[in-house]
Amino acid sequence: MILRGSDRVLVQGITGKQGTFWTERMQAYGTKIMGGVNPKKAGSQHCGVPVYASAREAMADGGFEASVMFIPPLGAKAAALDAIEAGAKTLVILTEFIPVQDVMIVLAAAKANGCRVVGPNTAGLVTPGDCFVGIMPGFNANIFQPGPVGVISRSGSLGTLLCLNIVRAGFGQSAFVGLGGDPVSGTSTREALEHFDRDERTQAVVIVGEIGGTKEEEAAEYAAGMSKPVVAFIAGRAAPAGKKMGHAGAIVLGDRGTHASKRQALERAGVAVLDLPSQVGEALAAALPRQGATE
Amino acid sequence: MNFEEHAAKPLLADKGIPVPEGAIASTAAAAGEIAHGLGAVVVKAQVPAGKRGKAGGIKAADGAEAARRAATEILAMEIGGHPVERVLVEARADIARELYGAVLTDTAAGCPLVMFSTKGGMDIEEVAASDPDAIRRQLVDIALGFDETAAEALVRGLDLGDAEGQVAATLAALYRLYRERDAEMVEINPLVITGEGQVVALDCKFVLDDSAVARQADLADLGTAEPATVLEARGGEAGLKYIELDGDVGVLANGAGLTMTTMDAIVHYGGRPANFLEIGGEAYTKAVPALELVLANPRVKSLVVNFCGAFARCDVMTEGVVRAWETLTPALPVFFSIHGTGEVEAQAMVRERLGLEPFDLMDDAIKAAIGAAR
Repeated sequence: MILRGSDRVLVQGITGKQGTFWTERMQAYGTKIMGGVNPKKAGSQHCGVPVYASAREAMADGGFEASVMFIPPLGAKAAALDAIEAGAKTLVILTEFIPVQDVMIVLAAAKANGCRVVGPNTAGLVTPGDCFVGIMPGFNANIFQPGPVGVISRSGSLGTLLCLNIVRAGFGQSAFVGLGGDPVSGTSTREALEHFDRDERTQAVVIVGEIGGTKEEEAAEYAAGMSKPVVAFIAGRAAPAGKKMGHAGAIVLGDRGTHASKRQALERAGVAVLDLPSQVGEALAAALPRQGATE
Repeated sequence: MNFEEHAAKPLLADKGIPVPEGAIASTAAAAGEIAHGLGAVVVKAQVPAGKRGKAGGIKAADGAEAARRAATEILAMEIGGHPVERVLVEARADIARELYGAVLTDTAAGCPLVMFSTKGGMDIEEVAASDPDAIRRQLVDIALGFDETAAEALVRGLDLGDAEGQVAATLAALYRLYRERDAEMVEINPLVITGEGQVVALDCKFVLDDSAVARQADLADLGTAEPATVLEARGGEAGLKYIELDGDVGVLANGAGLTMTTMDAIVHYGGRPANFLEIGGEAYTKAVPALELVLANPRVKSLVVNFCGAFARCDVMTEGVVRAWETLTPALPVFFSIHGTGEVEAQAMVRERLGLEPFDLMDDAIKAAIGAAR
């Protein structure tokens, strides 16, 4: 799930306002955009790359490893299935408010076809100094610098804040993986953690979680057996129960998904749980004593 | 979006699951008239809350006069904080056995889950705690679905007798309802076998996926709106997720995660947040109505504007806030912290047009806002 600059990326919905804005930024940063999809504008050029009628056509013409979707909620299932059936290895779904049964159908198809889905409702993936895919400010040097810290986040805005604090403290990131704020998603916190555990460039992992669901508790089970240090911040400590806190997945129901249960599970697994995002630098400095400066 | 019993049962009937004959009434007289045609009935409070039976909101009645009296009593009740405004009057079933059936989205597994138990009529969470083996569960591959054959396998060996086929057909129909109507959860408790051996759904809960309302337009008006304050309702109309809290430090941030974190940090530093309000995602151009909402809460004594732009561009959000501030000219002290996409333009806007210096650290902006609120 860590993308490299050598990976070819398709942009589904490239001709829209957001598709255009972010494609230009991805290209400027070094992401290898091979083309885009818009059936109504197939055959034309946009952002200097060809526009295809479908992901299948893009695969047959130039080929791609990853696709990123700038597609409205009710069109997302069809676009995702197009990319998966075309043979995408990684599919980044940015769209929020996709009906959850559509998400389940997409995930079942992805599993059958060996495609890694990131999202939905994710801000994307960043490999600092190399490439980014999605809607993260990968190009902002105050927020992203190459370094040893893997960052996993359910939230784009909060993930950005943690990355800002990581860079401020003199560290950098091996990669940022946005999981998305939906209750059902393609990549779990635990899967991302396993990936960073195996990644040679990653020496420590920061988990940016939030209330709702059991993703952090599941990740804690894996973290307990890791030798790389793990630090976590969980948003929503002050949130009232029974209210969806903006993300469909961020809701405390009964004793499920509370801040306390997540904190307890993580701390029991030896994870340092922060009270505030601004404490991340100190926690990393303690965990990586000889790694003060950015690469 | 939650559906009360009277709105959920027609959805069952639509998929061929038998439900008792009946109708909804908002007066005792109307309840009596419905009962007149049915004979032995049950009068049931319609409120968006559970445990209606324990609260006395479900009463048996024989004939029109008894139903009228029962409805009079129930319509005067308040259950779970909700005044009872309507009752459902239904033909009373002769109950031989009570079962339980449900289909819901298992978010951890990422697929539908069918549940069945012969211990119906009770709180299923209590059954799960006291006798977990009494609940059968089947995770469903959504690409394959859950048909009658799969349902028969799930209910086999539970001593359902001649009703086994009907029960299996009901569970398969329940799954079709779940899929075709974008349910998050649909539950029948109890599903009964009558003395005559008929399988009938006596109660039903249905939860519609909020993200699917647009393609289930005919259902949109049938559900129960979430309880909301005047300001929360105004936020909803403007397409903003606004939740009113009881503190005095107003919060305006982008993205759910950052907004929650801003609230957490206010509490951490000894303050009390006045609201949750995020203007990230597609709402990032709505700074003007967002600011109006925050300011409309009379408890707010200071405001933190905390932006960390990824998709949401700080320059666009800040332009909205600054313009709204110039128009509304509130007397409230405001404290900014702005980072991420478009931060240079955004910070310059706050300096030049409002004459304020944005805080570098979110923590410092929050501490200043808490101090100003005191």
